[in-house]
Amino acid sequence: MLWLQVLTNGLMLGGLYACIAAGFSLVWGVLNVINILHGSMIVLGAYIAFFAYTLWGIHPFASIVIVGVLFFGIGYLIQASMINRMIAAPVLLTLTLTFGLDLMLNNAMLVAFTADFRQLVLDPPLGVMTLGPVVVPVDRLVAMALALALTGFLYLVLSRSRVGRAIVAVRMDRWAAALMGVDVRRIYAITFGLGTLMAGASGPLLAMIFPISPLTAPAYLGKAFVVCVLGGLGSVPAVIVGGIVLGIVESFAALWFGPEHAITVSFALLILFLIFRPTGLLGKKGFE
Amino acid sequence: MKRQALIGVVLFAVLAAMPLLGDAYTLRLGTTVLMYGVLAMSWNFIGGMAGYPSFATAAFFGLGAYVGAVTQKFGVPMPFAWALGGAFALAFAGLLGMALLRLRGHYFAIASLVVAEVLREIVNSATDLTGGGMGLNLPVPRLATVEAQAVFFFYAMLAVTAITFAALLATTWSKLGFGLRCIQQNEAAADMIGVNTTLYKTSAFMLSAVFVGVAGGVYASWVHYIEPPDVFDVLHSVKPIVMALLGGVGSVFGPLIGAGAYLFLEEVVWRHLLEAHTAVLGLLIVLLVLFLPRGLLSLATRAKGLAR
Repeated sequence: MLWLQVLTNGLMLGGLYACIAAGFSLVWGVLNVINILHGSMIVLGAYIAFFAYTLWGIHPFASIVIVGVLFFGIGYLIQASMINRMIAAPVLLTLTLTFGLDLMLNNAMLVAFTADFRQLVLDPPLGVMTLGPVVVPVDRLVAMALALALTGFLYLVLSRSRVGRAIVAVRMDRWAAALMGVDVRRIYAITFGLGTLMAGASGPLLAMIFPISPLTAPAYLGKAFVVCVLGGLGSVPAVIVGGIVLGIVESFAALWFGPEHAITVSFALLILFLIFRPTGLLGKKGFE
Repeated sequence: MKRQALIGVVLFAVLAAMPLLGDAYTLRLGTTVLMYGVLAMSWNFIGGMAGYPSFATAAFFGLGAYVGAVTQKFGVPMPFAWALGGAFALAFAGLLGMALLRLRGHYFAIASLVVAEVLREIVNSATDLTGGGMGLNLPVPRLATVEAQAVFFFYAMLAVTAITFAALLATTWSKLGFGLRCIQQNEAAADMIGVNTTLYKTSAFMLSAVFVGVAGGVYASWVHYIEPPDVFDVLHSVKPIVMALLGGVGSVFGPLIGAGAYLFLEEVVWRHLLEAHTAVLGLLIVLLVLFLPRGLLSLATRAKGLAR
C-alpha cells in the first residue's frame, strides 16, 4: 500500500502548491507580469510567522491573518509606485524589474536572518493520524486544509465581490473595463496586492512543515511557475488542478527516481507542457 | 556602417594594448569585462534584435565550460576544447530553439530559464564524467609565470570578443538582422511578407549560444576549476540582460558599453559592500528599468535632440 501513502503525501503537498501559485497566477493572468518577487515574499511570510511564534508566542494560524493584511498593503504600494509605470512596456522590462526587486529583498533577508535553515516547531506538536494503512501528519493535513481555504477565499473574492468582478473584467479586456467605469490602475494595484497577500499567507503554512531560509525562495518560485503551466493560466480551479498534479508527480518521482531527481522531473514536465500544451490542462486559449 | 566598423577596430586595438600597461589585477578586470561583453553581445542577437527574452545564456555558458573541461580531461588540446564547447552550445541551441522558439513572451522566458536548471541537475548527477557537485579541476597551462598566463587568457578572451563583435556587426548589416528586427516589431507581419521566422529565430538563438559556449570554455581554463552552481548560475543569464539594457538594447555598441559600465559599477561601487552585493545589483536594475529603459546610448541621442 506504499502507493496510497505516496498519493496522500502528494495530495497534501499539492494543496500547498496550489496556494503558493494562486497569487502568482492571478498577477500573471491579469497584469501579464511575471512576479519574480513571489518566492521571496513567501519566505518573508514564513519568517514573520517564525519570529512571531518564537518571540511572542503568536500561533502561525494567527500570523496568516496578520501577514495577509500587511502584505496586501505592501503589494498595493509596489504596484502603484513602480510596476504601474511599466505596465505597457515589453515583457522583458517588467520581468527584469521584479527580478531586481527580488534581488534586493532576498539579499536583505540574507543579511537580516542569515542563510541558516530554521525550523518552526509547534509546542505541543500536532502529532500524526493513522487512517488504515496511511499515516497522515496532522500539521501537514491542517496546512493543506488552510491552503485550500485560502485559495477558496481568493476564488470567492474573484467571483462574488465587486472588486473581484472588476479584476476579471480587466483581465478579459482592459479597454472595455475602463469604458465601463473601472479604474484600471487601481484594479492593477489591488490585484498585485492580492497576489502578494497569497504569497505572504502561504508563508506561515510552509513554515510549519519546511525549513525556512532565503535560499528556498527560488524553489518556491519554480513551483509557482510549474503549477501555472501545468494547470493553465486563467482561473483558480486551474491552479488547484496544477498544484495537485505537481504534488502527486513530485511524490511519485521521488519514489521512483529518488528524491534528488524530483525537481528535474517536474522541470522536464514543465518543458514538455510548454512545447506541447502551453495552455495547460484547464487553461483557456488565446493567451501568449 | 563603415564608421561602426572603424570604431570597432580602434576599440579593439586599444584593448589589445592593455597588457602593456596593466598589472595582473587590471588584466583580470580586462578579461572579465571582455567575457561580459561576449555574453551581452550574444544575448543581443536573440533578446535585442529578435525581441525574445532569453534567459538561456547560463545554460550555454555552463555547457561550453563543461564540454571544454571534460574534453580536456580526455586529452583534447585546449583551443580545440574551447571550439568544441562552442560547437556543442551551437548544436544544443539549434535543437532547443526549434522547440522553445514556438513560445512567446513569458512562456519563452521561463522555458529558457529552466533549461539551465535542468542542465545543472544533469551535470550534478553525472558524477563519473563531470565530478558532480565536487566540481572539476582543469590542467594549468604550461606557461612560465602567472603574469604570462594572465596575458594569455586576456588575449584568448579578446579574440572571442572580437569575433563576436564582428558577427554582431555582420548580422546587423545582413538580411538576417533586418529579418530579426521585423520579427521583433511584428512577427505575424514578418511571416506574412516572407521572412522565414522559424529559420531566422533559430539562427539568432544559435548565434546567441556559440560564442557564449566558447567563452565558457575559456573561462573554465582561466579559473582552473568549475562546479555546477558556478557556471550554471542564473546570474550569468541575468547580468548580460542588465548590461544590454544599460548600454542600449539592440544596438551594436550598446552591449559592450553596458559591459564596461557594469564592471565599473561592480568594482567601484559594490566591492565595498560585500554583504549587500546582490541588493545593490537589484537596486541598479530597478533604477535602470524605471528611469533609463533605453540605456546609456539613448542619453547621447537625447542630448543630440536637445542640441538641435
